[in-house]
Amino acid sequence: MHRYIIKRLLFLIPTVLGVTLIIFIVMSITPGNPGRMILGPNANAAEVEAMNEELGYNDPVVVRWFNYLKDIVTKGSFGQSYSTKLDVFDELWPRFLVTLRLAILVLILSISIGVPLGILSAVKQNSLMDTIPTMIAFFLAAVPSFVVGILLMYIFALKLNWFPSFGLKSAKHYVLPVIAATICELSAYLRFTKSSMLEAIRQDYVRTARAKGVAERTVIWKHALKNALLPVVTSIGMRFGCLLAGMVTTEQLFSIPGVGSLIVESISTKDEPMIIGCAVMVSICFTLLMIGVDVIYAFIDPRIRAKYSKGG
Amino acid sequence: MSNTEKMLDIKDLSVIYKTDLETVYAVNDVTLSLEKGATLGLVGETGAGKTTLALTLMRLLPERTGKVTSGSITFEGESIVDLPEAHMRKIRGDKIAMIFQDPMTSLNPVLTVGEQIAEALQVHNEAGRSKEEIEARVDETLTLVGIPPARKSEYPHQFSGGMRQRVVIAIALSCEPDLLIADEPTTALDVTIQAQVLMMIRDLRDRLGTSMIMITHDLGIVAQTCDNVAVMYAGEIIELGTAEDIFTHTKHHPYTDGLFASLPNLKSKTTRLQPIAGLMPDPTNLPKGCKFAPRCGKCMEICKEVPPEVYTDGTHSIRCHLFHQEKED
Amino acid sequence: MAKTYTCPASNMLDGEDINFKRPSQAKEILRRLKKNRGAMIGLFLLICIILVVIFADVIASYEAGVVQIADNKLAPMSSEHPLGCDSYGRDVLSRLVHGARNSLLVAVASSISSCLFGCTLGAIAGYFGGKVDMLIMRALDIFMSIPDLLFTMVVVAALGSSIPVLIIAMTLAYFTNYVRLVRSGVLNLVDQEYVEAARAGGSSSARIIISHIIPNTLGIILVNVTLNVSSLVIYQSTLSFIGLSLPAPAPEWGSMLSSARVDMLRAPLLVLFPALAIVLTAFSVNLLGDGLRDAMDPRLKS
Repeated sequence: MHRYIIKRLLFLIPTVLGVTLIIFIVMSITPGNPGRMILGPNANAAEVEAMNEELGYNDPVVVRWFNYLKDIVTKGSFGQSYSTKLDVFDELWPRFLVTLRLAILVLILSISIGVPLGILSAVKQNSLMDTIPTMIAFFLAAVPSFVVGILLMYIFALKLNWFPSFGLKSAKHYVLPVIAATICELSAYLRFTKSSMLEAIRQDYVRTARAKGVAERTVIWKHALKNALLPVVTSIGMRFGCLLAGMVTTEQLFSIPGVGSLIVESISTKDEPMIIGCAVMVSICFTLLMIGVDVIYAFIDPRIRAKYSKGG
Repeated sequence: MSNTEKMLDIKDLSVIYKTDLETVYAVNDVTLSLEKGATLGLVGETGAGKTTLALTLMRLLPERTGKVTSGSITFEGESIVDLPEAHMRKIRGDKIAMIFQDPMTSLNPVLTVGEQIAEALQVHNEAGRSKEEIEARVDETLTLVGIPPARKSEYPHQFSGGMRQRVVIAIALSCEPDLLIADEPTTALDVTIQAQVLMMIRDLRDRLGTSMIMITHDLGIVAQTCDNVAVMYAGEIIELGTAEDIFTHTKHHPYTDGLFASLPNLKSKTTRLQPIAGLMPDPTNLPKGCKFAPRCGKCMEICKEVPPEVYTDGTHSIRCHLFHQEKED
Repeated sequence: MAKTYTCPASNMLDGEDINFKRPSQAKEILRRLKKNRGAMIGLFLLICIILVVIFADVIASYEAGVVQIADNKLAPMSSEHPLGCDSYGRDVLSRLVHGARNSLLVAVASSISSCLFGCTLGAIAGYFGGKVDMLIMRALDIFMSIPDLLFTMVVVAALGSSIPVLIIAMTLAYFTNYVRLVRSGVLNLVDQEYVEAARAGGSSSARIIISHIIPNTLGIILVNVTLNVSSLVIYQSTLSFIGLSLPAPAPEWGSMLSSARVDMLRAPLLVLFPALAIVLTAFSVNLLGDGLRDAMDPRLKS
C-alpha cells in the first residue's frame, strides 16, 4: 500500500511542473509590462526597460519558467507582487488558509448531509422521503451558489439582521457563507449518491443475495451500500473544482479575505506574480487533495487494495 | 406417481411483466412437475421464458413489474405463490437455491468469497451453528467445489470465470437445498471450463441427492444431465417427456425437430446449417393460435386460429394440432 | 436426416423481423421524450427563451440597457421601463433580454465546441492507442490538475475578456469529459468483431470511427451536450458575477446581479430578475436534458 501512496505522490512532481508551465505559457501570450507597473507611469522608458531586463522579462517563456521554479525551490520565494511590492507568499498564505478552512467546513457539511439523504432517497424510492429531496436537489442544480448566497444575505443579514454580511471575524460570520456554499454542494452529493445507490441495487449480486434468503434490509445496507459508496468517494475528488468555484463567488459576495478574492483582485490589477503564485498554490493543493482521495479510495476498494497489498 | 412424491408441482402458471407501455406475456399456462431426486431440463431459445419461470419459483420477480396472473406452484406441499415474504425468505437459499448465468456479476465485489458463502449459512442458521462451525462448513463447501479453503479470504475479482461460477455453486449448495435451479450455469464460461463445471454440478447432485432444474439452450447438456425434459417456446411448454422420449422417440413437436435438426452433424456431409427460420414472436403481441405457427413448416389452417391442446402418450406430451388430430384418427 | 423448412408465413431473416416490427430507435426515444412532462415543460421554456434571444432587439433596444442616464437611477417599473432601471440608470428589461443573448449563445457555442474538441481527441487517443494515447491521457491528467475556474481566470487574465476568449476558456474547461467518454467507447468497440469486420471489408479508420463508434456513443454525448449548456450558463454567470466576463457595459446576468447587490435593500427586484433569468434558463435545460437521458435509457428510472 505504501507503494501506491509513494507512486501517487511522485506524480505530484510532473504535475506541478506541467501546471506551472501551462500557467506561464498562457500568461505569456499577451506580453505585460512589469517594469512600467512597478515603476509607475512617471518613470522614463529607459528605466522601465532596465527593470524589465532585470526581471528577466525579455527572456523566452521556458527560461522564465525555469527561473521561477528555481526561485521557489532555492529561495522559497514566489516573487513580489507588482502592486504591493511585498512578497507574494506572505500575502498569499494567510488568505489561502482562510479559504481552506471555509472549504473544509463546506465539504464536511455537504457530505454528511447530502450522502445520507441520497441513500434514503434511493431506498425509499417514490415515497415522500424521495420525491421531496430529489425535486429540491434537482431545482437547486439550476441555482448558482452566489444566487443562494444573495438570497440568504438579503433575508438573514439585511432584512432580519441575524447574521453579519461581510468579513469573517467571528463564528457568526461563518454561518451564511458556509450555508450558501453547502446548499449547492449538498444537492449534488444527494443526486449522485442516489443514482449510485439505485445503480448498485440493480446489480446481479443483489439478486444473488436475495436468492440466498438474505433480508431486504441487509441486502440494501450491506450489499448495495458498500458498493454504492465507492463511486461517491471518487466524486468527492471530482467536485473539488466546483467547491473552489463556490469559494471564489462566496468570498466575493461576503467580502471574505480568501485566496479566491485575492485572485480576482490580482487579475483586475494585472499583478502577474500574484496571479501565478495563487494559481500555482491552488493547483498544488488541488492535486494533493486528489491524491488524497485516490489513496482513500484505494484503501476502501478491495479490488485496488488487494492489487497493491500483495506487491508490498 | 402419487402426489406426495412430487417435490414441485406447477399448474397452469402464467406470469406477466407489466409496465406503463406494454404487457409482456412471459410465461403462459405452464404445467410441470418434478419428483424428488430427479433432474428436469428446461430447454428453449433466449426469450422463451425459462428464466422468468425460475425467478417465479424463487419469488424473485421484479416487484413492480412482475406478476403471477394465474396458476399455482406447490413446493413440498406448500403453495409458493401467496406465501408470506418472511416465510419465503426461509425457503430461499435453504430449500430452493439458484445458480445464475453470469458468474462475473453474480458475486459482490467488495465482500470476500468466504463471507458470501458464510452469509447463506448465517441467514439459515436454525441449527444454531457457532461461528467456528459455520467457518468449517464454508471450508467444506469450498473443498466440495474444488477451491482450496485458504482462498476464502480472497475477493471475487481474484478468481477466474470458471472459479467464480464454482463459488456461486458453493453458495447455492452450502445449505444443502432440496431443489437446485441452475439457469444456464455454463453458458458464460469458456468451452473448456464448461465441461468441468458441468461435471462438478452432476457429481454434487448425485452425492447430495438434490433435485434439479437445469435451464439451458444446449441439447448436449440436457442429454448428459437430465431425467426429464420440457421444451419451452414463447412462454409455453410445447413438449414434455423423459429424456428417452425426447431424444429417441419418433414423434416430436415441429419446434423440437427443428432444434435437433439445427445441430451441426459431424458425420454427414452438409454445406449449410439448418436453422429454424424466423424468430420467436413478440411477447407483447403473441399470435392468436399456435405460437409457433408463423415459423412452422407443417402449419395447418387450424394452427393459425386455435391454440393447440396437449396430446399425451404415456410420459410424453406434445402441444400440437398434428398429434391431436392423429390421436383422433 | 435433415429436413428443410420453408415457412409459408414469413420469409428468411430480414431487418424488420429483428425489431418485432417496432419503430426505429430514434423514433422510440422521441416518443418517450414526448411523454415526459418535465422534459416538455423544459422544452417549452427553452423555446420561449430562444425566442427572446432572437427577438431581443424587438423587445427592447440595446442602447437603453447600456447607456447610463443618471436621472433614471433605480427608476421604478413604468411603461417606458417595464422592469425599471438599475443603479446606473440603464433599462433592466433591455439588459435582461440582451444578456440572454450573451449567456445562451456563449453557452451553446462552448458546449458544442467542447464536445467536438473532446470527442476528436478521445477518438484519436482510443483509436490509435499506444504512445499517442498515453501522451494525450498524461497531458489530460496534468491539465485536469488545474481547477476549471482557476484556469479560466488565468486565461481571461492573460487574454482579456471577449466572446471568443470566453468560448475558448469554457471549451477548455468542459472538454475533458468527452475525451474520456469517447476514448472508452472507442476502446470498448475497437476490440469488437464488427469493427474487425468493417476493417476487413476495407473501411478506413476514420470511416470506422464515424459510422460505427460514434452512433453508439451518440446518445450519451447528446445528453452531455444538453446538460452542459445549463452548467455553462451558470458558469458564465459565475464569471460575470466576479467581474471576469465581458467588460462593462455589456449586459450579462451575473454582472447585473453583482451590481444590483449594492442597492439590494432599496431595490430587491433588481436582484430578482437576473437571478430568475439564470435559474429559469438552467432549469429548463436541465429538464430537457434529464428527459433526454431518461428517454435514452428508461430502465434507469425504475
